[in-house]
Amino acid sequence: MAATAAHGHHHKESFITKYIFSQDHKMIGKQFLVTAIIMAVVAVILSVLFRIQLGWPGESDSTLSFFLGDKWAPNGILDRGMYLGLVTIHGTIMVFFVLTGGLSGTFSNILIPLQIGARDMASGLLNMISYWLFFISSCIMLYSLFIETGPAGAGWTIYPPLSVYEQATPGSGSGMTLWLVSMTVFIGSSLLGSLNYIVTVLNMRTKGMKMTRLPLTIWAFFITAVIGVLSFPVLVSAVVLMLMDRGLGTSFYVNDAIVGAEVLEQSGGSPILFEHLFWFLGHPEVYIVLLPALGLTSEIVSTNSRKPIFGYRAMIGSILAIAFLSFIVWGHHMFITGMNPFLGGVFVFTTLLIAIPSAVKVFNYITTLWKGNIRYTPAMLFSIGLVSSFITGGITGIILADSALDIAVHDTYFVVAHFHVVMGLSAIFGMFAGVYHWFPKMYGRMMNSKLGMVHFWITLVSAYGVFFPMHFVGIGGAPRRYYDYSVYESFDSNQFDMIMDLNVVISIFAIIGALGQVIFIFNFFYSTRRGQVSVQNPWKSNTLEWTAPVEHLHGNWPGEVPTVHRWPYDYSKPGMEEDFCPQTVPLKEGEEEH
Amino acid sequence: MGMKLIVLVVIVLAVIAVAQLMRVYELSSKLRGYKEEDIDLKTNNINAGLMMVFLAFFFGSMLYMLFVYGNGMLPEAASEHGKDIDWLFDVNWVIVFAVFFITNGILFYFAYKYSYHPDRKAFYFPHDNKLEMIWTIVPAAALAVIIVLGLMTWNQVTGKASDDAVVIELYAKQFDWTARYSGEDNKLGHADYKLVNGDNPLGVVTEENILKRIDEIDQLIADNEQQLAALDSGTIIVSKANEYKLQHEIEKMGRIKQRIIHMQTAFGDSVYQMAADDYISKTALYLIKDQEYQLVFRAKDVLHSAYFPHFRAQMNCVPGMRTHLKMKPIFTTKEMQEKTGNPEFQYILLCNKICGVSHYNMNLPVIVGTEEDFEAWKSNEVNTTKVVVSEEPESETSDETNDAMETDSTQVEG
Repeated sequence: MAATAAHGHHHKESFITKYIFSQDHKMIGKQFLVTAIIMAVVAVILSVLFRIQLGWPGESDSTLSFFLGDKWAPNGILDRGMYLGLVTIHGTIMVFFVLTGGLSGTFSNILIPLQIGARDMASGLLNMISYWLFFISSCIMLYSLFIETGPAGAGWTIYPPLSVYEQATPGSGSGMTLWLVSMTVFIGSSLLGSLNYIVTVLNMRTKGMKMTRLPLTIWAFFITAVIGVLSFPVLVSAVVLMLMDRGLGTSFYVNDAIVGAEVLEQSGGSPILFEHLFWFLGHPEVYIVLLPALGLTSEIVSTNSRKPIFGYRAMIGSILAIAFLSFIVWGHHMFITGMNPFLGGVFVFTTLLIAIPSAVKVFNYITTLWKGNIRYTPAMLFSIGLVSSFITGGITGIILADSALDIAVHDTYFVVAHFHVVMGLSAIFGMFAGVYHWFPKMYGRMMNSKLGMVHFWITLVSAYGVFFPMHFVGIGGAPRRYYDYSVYESFDSNQFDMIMDLNVVISIFAIIGALGQVIFIFNFFYSTRRGQVSVQNPWKSNTLEWTAPVEHLHGNWPGEVPTVHRWPYDYSKPGMEEDFCPQTVPLKEGEEEH
Repeated sequence: MGMKLIVLVVIVLAVIAVAQLMRVYELSSKLRGYKEEDIDLKTNNINAGLMMVFLAFFFGSMLYMLFVYGNGMLPEAASEHGKDIDWLFDVNWVIVFAVFFITNGILFYFAYKYSYHPDRKAFYFPHDNKLEMIWTIVPAAALAVIIVLGLMTWNQVTGKASDDAVVIELYAKQFDWTARYSGEDNKLGHADYKLVNGDNPLGVVTEENILKRIDEIDQLIADNEQQLAALDSGTIIVSKANEYKLQHEIEKMGRIKQRIIHMQTAFGDSVYQMAADDYISKTALYLIKDQEYQLVFRAKDVLHSAYFPHFRAQMNCVPGMRTHLKMKPIFTTKEMQEKTGNPEFQYILLCNKICGVSHYNMNLPVIVGTEEDFEAWKSNEVNTTKVVVSEEPESETSDETNDAMETDSTQVEG
């Protein structure tokens, strides 16, 4: 960072063009990361607040009054409307701002140019605008927490008509308007980013970097961007139609309703239409979140096992298969909306098909570990965690994809457990892994590995501690988004006892897990300033980013952009002296590529 | 406020203290020539060992929870199709548990076994078509079984109800449920949201209800016009926005009235007749054991979802749309109380789609009894409801046509 003067072609930058309105992909990536960390901290705090209510319902708690004050936690007891607001904003921030903007935004930005051998993104300006739209949408979303009627409270899926009628719930007032505006801006950011990633990957690869020599990270970011470009616009239209229903009296999503005592004239629309539009994005969104995490860990698992990733082409194939299938499975969120059962059957079929490429990925990961020589960096630990959560969360998806079984567990905690494990944990583990692994590339310093290990084990144990019991709570028939479960006491006390016991366990682990993240936050920010200075290729990795100097410079490489001669996974290749061989090393005579 | 300040100060001091400790660590590792990227063998082994410890803990806690809460899960399905669903669950659990234990087991075991050793070199093994074939085909075969069994059950569960099925409507609104029984004719009277008012909470279409609603709307329009007139003459003052609202309300109710009048011309006695013997209950949904039911769902305001955990049944309730499901209870409440060993056990209908602040409190007890029990409950329930109705200054004469044809004492609503 400090070495700008040393390179002649590097024009002078002011503080503002370097740190704020930067068009350099590395700086933009870091901006995405830091913003996402701040958003994640907020979302985690929100979740701890509602977990306190769920674990100890109705008990006065000073943490609640500390954060929420007398308005939303009178006498330290969480307000029911605010409970829904917390749940909604927690989900929204985590899914969109942390795991979409934070994960794709950070790593696509930092790694795409560096790993394909490009000087920067195709358009630095669009890239900068993408970040600033993300920033603005984050601010709007956070601001919505502080308005008088409270934030949006219809769940992160904002199903109408609840989200359309202000009279139906306080959160559907200006809180919902802000939510919709924020999401519109966010999608703008995501689209600009994605277009940029696609163009960069397709057009700006260095000499020799064939598509079949791309690291799996790049494949994952590339396909993720394609999914985003194809699905996010549908959500924009859904959101804009909802704004019209709310403000202009149209009736896309509403039909023959009476809210409060008011007979509404809006007629002829369908709430189910919104569900279709929402999940047309909503399901691909799961893979927008997941694929980058899988890409990052493919790279990390291979590097730290000192082995090529097993089945490179099969891995690419399964990314493509998952991406394609993700567009034709959205109906599995809607089995019990009264949709035609035949259509439901079709969605059962397509959904369960996704299990095949997912299984291929898991077995390929495991085979990569087999007879490896594994180094446990924090990044590697989190990658193992990802594979475990991907398995554990993935198989419960089999239950939920089966429409007949979904009837019994739809909208219960079983669903909450499923998607948190498979999507939330996997993606966040992937993100942590990525941060630990590429931190030296981002900041030129190392994060403390001991703290990283402590962070990992606390996170792994508490994450499963939170979400594993939730399966039981859900199978036991506890609906999600309930403020408390006292209703069970009156009709089935056996169930009530189990739900309450486990809710306490879950809440305790949630608090431990949240505190554990302090270690990461501290390690991260401390290391940016004071971490041990990094060497150029600390993990002895093959990919191109490690051939760039530690100091960041515009254009990434001081001289020529390196030429690529081989795939990125030549680890422990027989006949090699070292157990790695960078992509820039030419093939020896008679050497097979792979 | 003071409390918050203290908390903040403590946090700041803690951060400073940790940062100082880190400085010490940093200096000492610099002295030792320690490099962050080199994970020493001992640390690496500790992590590898912890993989196995975690695995044991993970599987152990899973088995422990199954042992402790296995029985705490929902009791045996209390509906005919619920038994099929439970059977399908069992089949799927076998597959899910097998995959869970085997893959997680292998993952953590490999993570432990192949941890770094300086003397070993990793095995270069980039791909193997045969292996990849195996783990494409095996999951595909397992999934084929799951899909076929799943779709068979699904088709059964969602198939048409038989002609003997008794029709009951469940009407959802923030934050309660109303059950409407279709009575002797097993036909629900039509319903329209424009007719909903205090006397007719479900908007049931009868001639009486239509006339009453038209009167009510006329009254409402007259009231609003009176207010506007008062506004013109300067007796009251309201904001321009409210004035506009009044005008808008008059126009809107006028349009709604027109539509109701259309309805009146379109419908005849044959339609009104269907509603004549319907009756409602807000206190419970009473079902007869071994009787098949066709449940029809409507919603007044926002989405709700009718969730019967013990019957393994669930269906969304959508404003402006009718959804339905079929269900046949197979155990009475009493039998279920014996089965669960809980004398206070009750079936319940919960709302399972977020519908507003009191979502968690929206439920309706469900009772399953024999036919005699049901008749006893019905006469009781119907009588009590009737008292409420007769309190209203009802103009019985307007309903002459209905009364002439249907003198059923069970006529309560509509």
